[in-house]
Amino acid sequence: MARRAEIAAALRSFVPDGVIDNERELKAYESDGLTAYRQPPLVVVLPENTRQVSEVLAWCRREGVKVVPRGAGTSLSGGALPLADAVLVGLSRMNRVLDIDFVDRVAVVQPGVTNLAVTQAVAERGFYYAPDPSSQIACTIGGNVAENSGGVHCLKYGLTTNNVLGVEMVMADGEVIRLGGRHLEPEGLDLLGLVIGSEGLLGVVTEVTVRILPAPEAASAILLGFPTTRSAGDCVAGIIAEGIIPAGMEMMDKAATQAAEAFVHAGYPLDAEALLIIEVDGPPVECELLLGEIARIAAAHGATTSRISQNEEERLRFWAGRKAAFPAVGRLAPDYYCMDGTIPRSRLSEVLERMAELSRHHGLGVANVFHAGDGNLHPLILYDANQPGQLDRAEAFGADILRLCVAVGGVLTGEHGVGVEKRDLMPEMFTEIDLAHQQRVKCAFDPDLRLNPGKVFPRLHRCAELGRLHVHGGALPHPAIPRF
Amino acid sequence: MATPLRPNCAEDLRDLVADAVRDARAIEVVGGGSKRAIGKPHRQASLVELGDLTGVIDYAPSELVLTARPATPLAEIESLLARNGQMLAFEPWEHGCLFAAATPIATIGGIVAAGVAGPRRVSAGGARDHLLGFEAVSGRGEIFRAGGKVVKNVAGFDLSKAIAGSWGQLAIMTELTLKVLPRPKCAVTLAFEGLDIERAVRAMAAGMGSRNAVAAAAHCPPTGGRPSLTALRLEGFAESVAARLAALIDELADFGAARELTPDEAADFWRSVTTAAPLAGTETLWRAQVAPSRAAALAQSVADEDGRCLIDWAGAALWIGAPAACDVRSAALAAQGHAMLVRAPGELRTRIPARKAGSPALGALEARLRQAFDPAGILDPHRFS
Repeated sequence: MARRAEIAAALRSFVPDGVIDNERELKAYESDGLTAYRQPPLVVVLPENTRQVSEVLAWCRREGVKVVPRGAGTSLSGGALPLADAVLVGLSRMNRVLDIDFVDRVAVVQPGVTNLAVTQAVAERGFYYAPDPSSQIACTIGGNVAENSGGVHCLKYGLTTNNVLGVEMVMADGEVIRLGGRHLEPEGLDLLGLVIGSEGLLGVVTEVTVRILPAPEAASAILLGFPTTRSAGDCVAGIIAEGIIPAGMEMMDKAATQAAEAFVHAGYPLDAEALLIIEVDGPPVECELLLGEIARIAAAHGATTSRISQNEEERLRFWAGRKAAFPAVGRLAPDYYCMDGTIPRSRLSEVLERMAELSRHHGLGVANVFHAGDGNLHPLILYDANQPGQLDRAEAFGADILRLCVAVGGVLTGEHGVGVEKRDLMPEMFTEIDLAHQQRVKCAFDPDLRLNPGKVFPRLHRCAELGRLHVHGGALPHPAIPRF
Repeated sequence: MATPLRPNCAEDLRDLVADAVRDARAIEVVGGGSKRAIGKPHRQASLVELGDLTGVIDYAPSELVLTARPATPLAEIESLLARNGQMLAFEPWEHGCLFAAATPIATIGGIVAAGVAGPRRVSAGGARDHLLGFEAVSGRGEIFRAGGKVVKNVAGFDLSKAIAGSWGQLAIMTELTLKVLPRPKCAVTLAFEGLDIERAVRAMAAGMGSRNAVAAAAHCPPTGGRPSLTALRLEGFAESVAARLAALIDELADFGAARELTPDEAADFWRSVTTAAPLAGTETLWRAQVAPSRAAALAQSVADEDGRCLIDWAGAALWIGAPAACDVRSAALAAQGHAMLVRAPGELRTRIPARKAGSPALGALEARLRQAFDPAGILDPHRFS
């Protein structure tokens, strides 16, 4: 803190018009999408180009100052949460689309370009960028790379990591490297694959080459209501067993359905215990064929509501409720806490039953929306932050839900990232040895542990400590090799 | 020659690696051995055969997930999946035929460790995109896990990406969890004859850029008096394939008359593109990767030195068969891509590394990463040096 003025002055020498160091303006950066955690940064710097990012990082490295990278700040796991003693590097000014190539089917963009802006830049020629996180109007490609963002279409079209071909990245010491390019696979080790989803711990991405796809000719949806979550889950399994991978397959429980219906009047059946919205895309003949098949499978699984969208307006109305589910649930309580585990789909009913018990135990309500195709569950825990103790209870409930996901063979986070939120739960899923293998990757990229410290890993070991090699019955081989 | 070591479980392998660390002895790990002739010959390393780490551990078709031990034969996994109407969408294939092996011997561990993918790579992703998680023994002699057994997971660093295509130089996988997908009910291949490489790449780009969901696109230059063949494959439900085929023919009319290959012709074409069959007799065989827009330039520059090529992944991958004197690596670099030396006489493989980091900076980063997983440098460290 004492060094704020000195650090700001140094950063201004690299980025004259992009340094923020007064308390009032710093407050705007105090949290990301996970607003329960707040901490104004030491200083904010907003570089305009790769050279400036490199100079800032090199200086911070020399001076022993920590760095937290930030895109649009929409992270739901606190990935961009500032630290009191770290420089926040905001990439929002690096927001240009640099190149579009329809032969190679790539777009080259700066990290501050929003997800939706990539699609908008290529839409005229009938292309789009496939990953579509729900925050796509605001979230940036740089943030998507850091978090390996998904979206409702990722069972069919993949996550960010399946749609990025290359990045330019500034290392913790200021060195600028390029990983990947416009070809499909790397020459040596797949370092690009490690960087995507590394939550800002390995470097600061300054340019991204994404794959763009031709937009499908048509899309239609079917709305299905089921008397039990089990029958809805079985229907999803039945659809996949028939060889159908829909473009999107979303489930909502009764609480979420009722909240959404009250909010946007999408025409959802209020008696259904589970609602499915399934979208297919492709040529019209394929959409028609698949929706007919899905309707048949749904009927066989006891669907009580089954409506195929008759036009684009109706398709969008089916989605309107799902897309408004978070704000709709937000009307049920002053605050909600969004979770993000993935489970094997076959365990869905069991997980929902157990979650109802946990809801009673913690005395807080919960509504569920679920990417049913890939098993990614978003329980929304309802609470009131103004009531003493409720935030703590919500967090305890959330942690129990994630432990449950891991216990049934799933994972802690499907698409929101670990950040600070799930950091302390990592040992539920990984052993000390597992985590040490991940942290040594961090050491290979950032040996001084300056980039986004305090995120992802529950305990940050010094790299020298992690590097120790256990050898039974003898001395270490090659004593001359430096080890970290 | 010493008897190969043959661990029968992950713990056994862990102890064996710990012994190698203690003795400062390099090991060469073999699954089926179909790719042993890639890389520097005559390396000083003890042979470790994974053959006993075999079998499918778990397979839940409706979860789209399969878990298997590394030495499970690819053929066994593919037939199990086929019986359930599913597949490995990245279209892995046997390298054995490149080196005159008569029977299929590739294992799933070797396929993923070498990042092997076939023509559908261009639309469905590669081995890296389908490895969801794994258990492995690192060069530290420790068993660790990464990733998960569900199709969507961002918990922790994505070590699955790094281990796929690492050729076992970070860790030895003892269990792999893969994403599987429904097998298409129908596939047709549309072909154009006589296009030169430049036009072939444009035709493939037009197909890939169309709304017809082209699954694979490849080009085979003229051979033995036969004209060149440029082919695009459509897959899916029959009604959809028919509609897309009609649209594709219409949209690619500028490239001349197209015809649908018979199932036998199509199978032959894709097999020969995948396994570089027309380049069987060349002195060296390289696998190059470039942006499609650079494919024609690369093909031309190797042709100037008597090299021949086959083009897959809609222009993003080239098989290049060339005389030993032809510097394919530099040509690929000039086209802003890279090339791996897959087959060559031993003398050449001693001199020329099969694969190489893209730049000194990346080489240094790779070295640090390898040291993180294998600090004693025992995991076949000289294969690509």
